[in-house]
Amino acid sequence: MATTTTQTDIQQSIVKQQKAEQRKKQILNLVLLALLLLAPAVFYPVFLMKILCFALFAVALNLLLGYTGLLSFGHAAFLAAGSYTTGYLLSSFPGVTTEMGIVVGTAASLVLGLGFGLVAIRRQGIYFAMITLALAQLVYFFFVQAPFTGGEDGMHGVPRGYLFGMVDLSDNTAMYYFVLAVFLAGYLLVQRIVGSPFGQVLKAIKQNEPRAVSLGYNVDRYKLMAFVLSAGLAGLAGSVKTVVFQLASLNDAHWHMSGEVILMTLLGGTGTLLGPVVGAGFVVTLEYQLSQGPLGDWVDPILGAIFVLTVLAFRSGIVGEIQNFMRKNMG
Amino acid sequence: MTEILGVPVAVLSGQLMLGIINGSFYALLSLGLAVIFGLLKIINFAHGAMYMLGAMCTVLMFDAFGVNYWVALFLAPVVVGCFGIVLEYFLLRRIAGQDHIYSLLLTFGIALILQGVLINIYGVSGLRYSMPEVFRGGMNLGFMFLPYYRAWVIVAALLVCFGTWFMIEKTRLGSYLRAGTEDSQLMQGFGINVPLLISLTYGFGVMLAAFAGALAAPIYSVSPVMGSNILIVVFAVVVIGGMGSIAGAVITGLMMGVVEGFTKVFYPEGSAAVIFLVMVVVLLIRPSGLFGKEA
Repeated sequence: MATTTTQTDIQQSIVKQQKAEQRKKQILNLVLLALLLLAPAVFYPVFLMKILCFALFAVALNLLLGYTGLLSFGHAAFLAAGSYTTGYLLSSFPGVTTEMGIVVGTAASLVLGLGFGLVAIRRQGIYFAMITLALAQLVYFFFVQAPFTGGEDGMHGVPRGYLFGMVDLSDNTAMYYFVLAVFLAGYLLVQRIVGSPFGQVLKAIKQNEPRAVSLGYNVDRYKLMAFVLSAGLAGLAGSVKTVVFQLASLNDAHWHMSGEVILMTLLGGTGTLLGPVVGAGFVVTLEYQLSQGPLGDWVDPILGAIFVLTVLAFRSGIVGEIQNFMRKNMG
Repeated sequence: MTEILGVPVAVLSGQLMLGIINGSFYALLSLGLAVIFGLLKIINFAHGAMYMLGAMCTVLMFDAFGVNYWVALFLAPVVVGCFGIVLEYFLLRRIAGQDHIYSLLLTFGIALILQGVLINIYGVSGLRYSMPEVFRGGMNLGFMFLPYYRAWVIVAALLVCFGTWFMIEKTRLGSYLRAGTEDSQLMQGFGINVPLLISLTYGFGVMLAAFAGALAAPIYSVSPVMGSNILIVVFAVVVIGGMGSIAGAVITGLMMGVVEGFTKVFYPEGSAAVIFLVMVVVLLIRPSGLFGKEA
């Protein structure tokens, strides 16, 4: 009799702890949301929008890298596919509305992601990274030569247009809240995916792929699904970015971009929901600050050094290290 | 006789020649990658940067000290190889037991640093390196003109590839390397200094890249960015060939150079992309690569 009471006591206290933790998380999320809503009053909206676009891009990559354990070195291809598709539609077809352009841009990346995924998941680990990198280079060459991309010059003067035919997006504040809404939708989607049974299988694959296979999961199909979702979200980030900056360029498709988004995710913390957002904020701010100062030409070596330091000294990333610290010191 | 498939023989054989030369560089670079991968189980993302360093070294040693071509061809790989050993000892070694993703990212970071710093010092436009006197001119083979230097590149690359194969397959040091590739822990148990072997192997792989760079200096534009694009092509070559065998890496490298050369004749727009397309086809038909062992 006595033992059962203790057991229920323990269970109850665990449930209580979990609830308290959840409440803490909810409060943290609400504070962050409030900050994001108020941010344009303090910071330049275009700068904030850049952070949000890259944050969404990094969140998309994290779904693969952090939760499925697949390192894609070709995510720039999806950013660029979304970016160019949306840019082309909005500048060449006046009848296409902004939201239609973004939806089609995202769809283009989804399809491209399906193609990449079908080829790349045939190999694992390091080969997977090399294959995605090579495929992205193929896409890069396509964008260099395709007649509609403007080659080296890129696409300029993409009209922002009206949201649902009513809200004028040329106003930066309106644009900001639209980008924020898209970002939150993407973020919540990933949160939902990660917490779902599907997400649990992805994590199982990351931890031990042979075991997931032996448990009867069709691992390839799960990986492909994660890859396509991640590609679609990356494309969404690219589409929105094109609307914000009114341009699409080859920079988006370059391998350098793939490296940068990996850095954002890694630095912020792979496998944590907030990590990629923090990492994107850090890297975009750093690049902006450096470009203002005398070190403007040293962005690349500095990013490289951060890469080396992160890998050597704190692989869990900023958010991951904070979580570890809290777990250790606050029970 | 003078035309094949509507293309003059001289053009065709000329492109074949250029293809074999590009292929020689692919072979040298993918060989280095394969040697490093065999023992360290890492993909050296800094391989392109090491190739670039080899070429830059050759040019800068000439500009600063008047070091001639033959000395540079020996010295540049040694200098860069030592640099590689230092990198291995101080950086790569620290993450030896971790997920292989991290070593890839670490070497990527190193490549970014090297390329970025050199761009700031020397710009991206490319440095000049004059052809050594001996190699000026060429010979007429009847159906095509063969510049001496290009012939030398092929001979030198094949000699080095053969030498590497010989060293790994036929010498005692090579047998250590092969044993380490199979099971490095057991080797350590037999009293062989595995950490030292790892350092040397990384240094040797990097030397091969730097040698390719020094060899490339007189014919390609030497600049800090010369390594990054060729590296992605070499990655595709490695995926096509699989990193299982030395001979496989070399044969695939040469083959892809030739494929690229022929594409330049028949469909120039596709020449930059063809190797990647071959990679896709190979992955769909034979995922482990042409010479790959593992499934």
